[in-house]
Amino acid sequence: MKVLSRIYTALIFIILYIPILVLMLFSFNSTANTGDMTGLSLYWYRELFSSPDTFNALKNTLVLAVSASVISTVIGTAAAVGLCKFRKNFWRNSVLSVTNIPMMNPDIVTGISMMLLFVFLGNAFGSDEKLSFFTLLIAHVTFCLPYVILSVRPKILSMPRALPEAAQDLGCTPLQSFFKVELPQILPGVISGFILAFTLSLDDFVISYFTTGNDFQTLPLLIYSMTKKEVKPDIYALSTLMIVAVTVLLILSNLSSKEKNAERRLTL
Amino acid sequence: MKKIIELRNISKEFEDEKVLDSINLEIYDKQFVTLLGPSGCGKTTTLRIVGGFETPDEGEILFEGQSINHLPAHKRHINTVFQKYALFPHLNVFENVAFSLRVQKIPNQEVVKRVKEMLELVALKGFERKNVTKLSGGQQQRVAIARALISHPRVLLLDEPLGALDLKLRKDMQNELKKIQKQTGITFIYVTHDQEEALSMSDVVVVMAEGKIQQIGSPTDIYNEPENAFVADFIGESNIVDGVMNEDYKVTFSGHTFQCVDKGFEPNEAVDVVVRPEDVDVVSVAEGMLQGTVTSVTFKGVHYEIIVDIGGFKWMIQSTDFVDVGANIGIYIEPDAIHIMKKSEFSGQYGDYSTFSDEIEELGNSETVGD
Amino acid sequence: MEKSGKNLGRLTAAPHVVWAVLFILAPLLFVLYYTFTDAYGVFTWENIFALKEHANTFLLSVSLSVIATFICFLIGYPLAYIIAGYKEKSQKIMITLLMLPMWTNLLIRTYSMMAIMDDGGFLNSILGALNLGKVHLIGTKGAVIFGMVYDFLPYMVLPIYTIISKLDENLLEAARDLGCNTVQVLWKVVLPLSSSGIVSGITMVFVPSISTFYISQKLGGGTFELIGDTIERQFQNVSTYNVGAAISLVMMILVLVSLAIMNRFADEEEAG
Repeated sequence: MKVLSRIYTALIFIILYIPILVLMLFSFNSTANTGDMTGLSLYWYRELFSSPDTFNALKNTLVLAVSASVISTVIGTAAAVGLCKFRKNFWRNSVLSVTNIPMMNPDIVTGISMMLLFVFLGNAFGSDEKLSFFTLLIAHVTFCLPYVILSVRPKILSMPRALPEAAQDLGCTPLQSFFKVELPQILPGVISGFILAFTLSLDDFVISYFTTGNDFQTLPLLIYSMTKKEVKPDIYALSTLMIVAVTVLLILSNLSSKEKNAERRLTL
Repeated sequence: MKKIIELRNISKEFEDEKVLDSINLEIYDKQFVTLLGPSGCGKTTTLRIVGGFETPDEGEILFEGQSINHLPAHKRHINTVFQKYALFPHLNVFENVAFSLRVQKIPNQEVVKRVKEMLELVALKGFERKNVTKLSGGQQQRVAIARALISHPRVLLLDEPLGALDLKLRKDMQNELKKIQKQTGITFIYVTHDQEEALSMSDVVVVMAEGKIQQIGSPTDIYNEPENAFVADFIGESNIVDGVMNEDYKVTFSGHTFQCVDKGFEPNEAVDVVVRPEDVDVVSVAEGMLQGTVTSVTFKGVHYEIIVDIGGFKWMIQSTDFVDVGANIGIYIEPDAIHIMKKSEFSGQYGDYSTFSDEIEELGNSETVGD
Repeated sequence: MEKSGKNLGRLTAAPHVVWAVLFILAPLLFVLYYTFTDAYGVFTWENIFALKEHANTFLLSVSLSVIATFICFLIGYPLAYIIAGYKEKSQKIMITLLMLPMWTNLLIRTYSMMAIMDDGGFLNSILGALNLGKVHLIGTKGAVIFGMVYDFLPYMVLPIYTIISKLDENLLEAARDLGCNTVQVLWKVVLPLSSSGIVSGITMVFVPSISTFYISQKLGGGTFELIGDTIERQFQNVSTYNVGAAISLVMMILVLVSLAIMNRFADEEEAG
């Protein structure tokens, strides 16, 4: 039984990783062939880096991800704090349900619904460029918000009500009490909300596809447009780099959480 | 003595439920005042109104004669020791204690000096760098007290501060709190449901029930001269029976007329009669003023707890003499052991031991958190 | 002062509430608006009638994604159960390994599969080298289903794993103590208790499967269309926005209704 389950697990992981590994391998192919390895070279990486599109898309992706995650973390954290002070459950639940719609709806519907809004408003105001960086940013903030609230809210709910009261009792104004006492308590939730928002924004293709302007391309959009053309290993090279970046990020965040765990164990 | 806090006709409702019903209370400087009552009696709400965490729906709260209804918590010279301490987990012992000084932007040198003094006062010298979440309950308690006292508040509010500690530690902390209060001369307002705690620590006990103050007085007054059946029952053990005050110094209950020391009632006024279990003497049937059958005997260490059925009413008697279950005995009561109270809304609800069991008592006491 | 302080506290939610109304609710109203108007903004039922043409595409999408979701469950549940049985350290490594593809862009993952399954791809060149002939995979429905399973399997495993790893060991021991064998423990205790994980796993696989347009474009090779492709195509051209909105509306209702049913099912399972 034990052996069987080991084989089963190994098999699934192998199948899960083969395509990615093959893709990484062929990014070093010396020819444009995607079936046969004809020799190792960095030709496709050189090709990739010689294209201004790549850097432009990388820059755009990072600018977008940073701004979307910062904005959604600020708005979402403030919302999570405010929601806990709602006296009527009905209103709180209504707001939360609406917030969660982008999380449940298929991305394509979220993207299209926002695109229709932007197009309509663009028509109404007679603007030529209906979609732009700003519409894309709005879309990204919108689909990040539920995830930020989802990670911050439990931290607020589990924080004893007496903590902010104690801070105010000891002379803090409500604002001081938030920054000196409440924020440090909910910070892990805020940070994980921020990271989640950042990665989601970095990774998003579908919603971006419908809400971005012609002149603003992100990495996922670049990959999409590249795969529309003839298959060439330069996409493999770009993908390999992105996979490596994600792996490094994941390992780093795991390490930092391990340190945190060790710290927590010490404090107990 | 100077009046420091005054509550005038304070009322408060939560979701259409009246939690406080027209509370009037005066608290004097340097006193140790205890708000005592079962959970849900409104004692914690009263404390929170004084602390500035709740606003009363009606009435006024005065601090040295000035209304502070609209003064937020952070502007009141009143600090709180919270029920579960509410220490800031992200700060160490030193920074927790120093918190209010840091908020006031007091120079570091002075902060260090005052924190040191404070930690000495609560016997936590050398704990400065410790993580507060690693401390024992008693130590956390001390940090909470030091943190609340360091800014020299005029009044310290303590919300069941010893509730989470075990019995032995609780006794020690009771003494220590009393000592700290004497030493600092700060007015303490202390909330508890534990009558023993209230009696042993306080200058003044305020007994509360159902959102109203039932009695205000010194611990001895409260014990010896309870104002109604609720107070008599809540403070210590009591046999409370219906009686008729025939005339001054003469009361009839359980079919016998007793000499007593109370006067000033209408002739033949119906009253509640309180007799403490330790004031009842067990005698032979012939000598007894009343006679009854023993229904249970429990050994309690210092004494036996005897339940006696007298004419259908179960009396509790604490006696060092052993009697057998089923035995017929007589009881004798001295005139000064009889306390007469006016009839109240609580009459008939308390003081009969027919459904009494230790277990129920325990359950009642464990219902401590959050009222 | 106290009261106004509390109101101020609630006001911090205001930017979000405004945002949600403007950019979550309003866009959905625009889907409705476009569904029931023509290109000139005049009320019409045309777009609803036009849905009939796409009924077969809907049916195909639903069936392919249901099959993919079911396969994900069949493969994913045992995997989640096995992982939850390992030592904590191994669990962590495996979960990280499982999440790594999740954090890799879907386009890349799908594309890497295409590189393998392509007629001139890796698989066929190996088969060719072994003189085993060629297989034609791209363009078949099987390839699309495989792509969905490959892309979304981790979404099935993770929520189930989370629930199973938190199951109280005592419960399983109690079941064994009361005479259940391993299979019975699984069937009577673990499965019902992990129902909420199963439900979120199913929704997390089903929703992206039914709405995908990239997987079918790449692995379907353009030989057939899924509903996501249809929607995407409508929005290539301004004149078909209205039909596109109608199809999107139907898809949204379909997804939200099935979510509601699944959640109801999970609640009942947990309550009973």
